[in-house]
Amino acid sequence: MTAILTTENLTYQVQDHLILDRINLSFAKGHYVTIQGQSGSGKSTILRLLANLISPTAGQIRFNQQLITELDPIQYRRQVSYCFQQPVLFGTTVEDNLRFPFIVRNEPYDQKRVVAALAAFNLSSDTLTQKKEALSGGERQRVALIRNVIFHPQILLLDEVTTGLDETNQQLILQWLQRLNQSYGITMIAVTHDATELAQAKTLVKIEHGQVTEVRTHA
Amino acid sequence: MHNLQVSNMTLLLSGLLVLIALLLSYRQRIGLEKDMIIGVIRAVIQLFIVGYVLKYLFRVNNVWLTLAMLLVIIINAAWNTKKRADHISHAFEISLLAIFASTGVTLGVLVISGSIKFIPAQMIPITGMIASNTMVAIGLCYRNMNQSFADQRQQVLEKLALGADLHLASLSLIKAAIKTGMSPTIDSAKTVGLVSLPGMMSGLIFAGVDPLHAIQYQIMVTFMLMSATSIGSVIACYLGYRSFYNDQKQLL
Repeated sequence: MTAILTTENLTYQVQDHLILDRINLSFAKGHYVTIQGQSGSGKSTILRLLANLISPTAGQIRFNQQLITELDPIQYRRQVSYCFQQPVLFGTTVEDNLRFPFIVRNEPYDQKRVVAALAAFNLSSDTLTQKKEALSGGERQRVALIRNVIFHPQILLLDEVTTGLDETNQQLILQWLQRLNQSYGITMIAVTHDATELAQAKTLVKIEHGQVTEVRTHA
Repeated sequence: MHNLQVSNMTLLLSGLLVLIALLLSYRQRIGLEKDMIIGVIRAVIQLFIVGYVLKYLFRVNNVWLTLAMLLVIIINAAWNTKKRADHISHAFEISLLAIFASTGVTLGVLVISGSIKFIPAQMIPITGMIASNTMVAIGLCYRNMNQSFADQRQQVLEKLALGADLHLASLSLIKAAIKTGMSPTIDSAKTVGLVSLPGMMSGLIFAGVDPLHAIQYQIMVTFMLMSATSIGSVIACYLGYRSFYNDQKQLL
């Protein structure tokens, strides 16, 4: 299987504190990889490095065999999309947020496409005009995820996206992510310490004290 | 000019007002006495020097000397904005360009339209007004950008993560900074004559000019400050926001 994203001796240090220590990982195209680790283990830092939101102290990241430092960061982030644990919604309404990916790409706003994306995620078209403050935690996370995937990135980086949500929302999001992975071949790299998510993981990478301690694949 | 009666003796007597301020600070234990004394001494010395310099410049009426004086004012104003720059690198150069452009454009329009003449007695005070107002506006812009890039860090990061370029990721913060920079000028334009009689108008009225003629000058000042602060704020914000990112287009 071809690796879409690889890390080579990825190290991240803040002053004297070593957060990630020579991480070597290879993410195969179309796979769903779950990264497990306690708070402070450095798992979120890996995602931020993979999204090129921060740079490693040492080591490198390759996207389709090319060093990400040689790519245009803006174009790269459109292909390797990072979704935050507690996303901030922009503007006033849900529509302001779902317009944003179109503005980013300088493309005309396609409301049909947006409504279809909402429907696939159990949200009605009325949601578009809803004020962002009126959304529940689960709805906010779903809107944020649609914002990330409306243009189908090659890789979706998920930073504890189901943490703090009730079980119904959690299952809804996990199933939707599975569908995206299977139907569109979007590579998923999810960070979590949630038991439900871990139980469903196919490929599991365990991080402890900034080092990879285990890589396990379930059949 | 018949109304102006200030002399060294009257100045000395009005200096008693400083004593009141000093006494209040001392009795209330505010602890501003030293700063007040330094401030007053500096103001007196600076104004005396400026008075003699201006007298000389007005007398010789030389184009190059006038331009040199304008440049000194602009450089000083740009230097002053550096104090509020914080995370903004090359703040002096950015401010210099912004103040130079705002002063240049505004003065150009005023001279070409015949509102003012290219003589030191008009060019120097008008440049001082434009540069100081632009300086305040740019200082506010810098302070606002430093604050909002810290407060709204996650929003900017999310926009970057969605593939926005630096301009789009920063746009709402840039707009807010420009608004902040321009707000004192807009507020004072709205209340001019109602809350205070501004410097130019008061000075002319003080010197015995007909108020109806004095307001014409004040209207001109309102127009020129609006133009100058907007040009200065826009240039400073658009050149300054990139300082918050590195060459990998990451938020610092």
